[in-house]
Amino acid sequence: MLEATNLACVRGSRRLFSDLNFSLAAGTLLQVTGPNGSGKTSLQRIICGLMAPDAGEVKWGDANIKSLGEDYSSNFIYIGHRHGVKDELTSVENLRIAAGLTGAELTKNDAARALGEVGLAGREDLPARFLSEGQKRRSALARLITSRRTLWVLDEVLASLDTAAIRMVESLIERHLSEGGMAIVTTHQPLNLTAGSIQQLELAGEVPIGSASAGLRS
Amino acid sequence: MFRWVVARDLMLAWRQRADVLSTLFFFVIVVSLFPLGIGPETQLLRSIAPGTVWVAALLASMLSLNRVFANDYHDGTLEQMLLTPQPLYLVVLGKVMAQWLVSEVPLVLIAPLIGVQFGLSPDTLLVLFISLLIGTPILSLIGSIGAALTLGLRGGGVLVALLVLPLYIPVLIFGAGAVDATIIGIDPAANIYLLSAMLVLSLVFAPWATAAALRISLE
Repeated sequence: MLEATNLACVRGSRRLFSDLNFSLAAGTLLQVTGPNGSGKTSLQRIICGLMAPDAGEVKWGDANIKSLGEDYSSNFIYIGHRHGVKDELTSVENLRIAAGLTGAELTKNDAARALGEVGLAGREDLPARFLSEGQKRRSALARLITSRRTLWVLDEVLASLDTAAIRMVESLIERHLSEGGMAIVTTHQPLNLTAGSIQQLELAGEVPIGSASAGLRS
Repeated sequence: MFRWVVARDLMLAWRQRADVLSTLFFFVIVVSLFPLGIGPETQLLRSIAPGTVWVAALLASMLSLNRVFANDYHDGTLEQMLLTPQPLYLVVLGKVMAQWLVSEVPLVLIAPLIGVQFGLSPDTLLVLFISLLIGTPILSLIGSIGAALTLGLRGGGVLVALLVLPLYIPVLIFGAGAVDATIIGIDPAANIYLLSAMLVLSLVFAPWATAAALRISLE
């Protein structure tokens, strides 16, 4: 279980959010919404441990993620808006190397199957620079299938995807939640999910010091 | 995991051969300019050879430094590497090793050939080769700290040079010193030992410092 208590994030002279509390149980999706610059990406980077919060803490299970260090990394996968696909490598190579770096071996067939699932069948051996932006994003999303992590942290996951791909992402998330996974997703579009429970977290954007910045409703 | 990092970077380098070769050509051309510019005075050439070859090696290594992390930073793969369940120390060590293999080893191999232009004896060429073989990994290791610190900054290339070149000075002194010693007929062992000690120290501490710098740069 993931639990955030009293999180605050300050960027320069702006306070993006403070006193942010939420907890995420198995099978739950947290959808983070809010205007541009309201700290959605910062929140996700804090959850991944890439950024330290200015106050509060993030707990995985019973331990602070800081004390877990690298052990925490094997529980989640993060796909940011820089999606981490190398232009010089083919989609299969990208996928196999991403798996290899986390210490897991991935066969060529498994990689090709995952790429087929995200709609890149027939383009597995094309260098990623020949793929469109949406196809690159699909290629990054294939990591969700191959990595088998409990927590998915997805930043602007639906950006530059067509309707078929959006449906594909939704069904991936549904399957993940029904298998007891968790997901934290930022998006401006509504997600249509038939499985799992959805929590909404709305970041209000820049706020004066002292007032509550976020409302949590289920 | 370590071998994946190295294999990945070697593969990427192979796909961008032109970039890699430019470092080697830069080294060859810079070193070759000196005999052409100074003229065929054997004695003078011989005495400036160690310093010239070593300075050219330092500058060539600067050229390849910003490639270590910058490309991976821009497409987000570096972020993914930070989030792997393995120690970042190993990731850094793997990337630096790949950079050394790709950018520095060809330079070390070709240096004896270039040394011939300066009228160096076979013994001296061997010492030049050995000093570069031990010295260039130190350059890569120290350079990676600068590259990580200036990640994502505007004008990072110049800043790296200002940060890193002063730190290269000890390597330059003892590397060129070893070759110098051979030319004037002294045993170069002391210089080589000191270089080796620096290599061990930088192997232990530099990746750790680079890892810390990367975490700061990616925050």
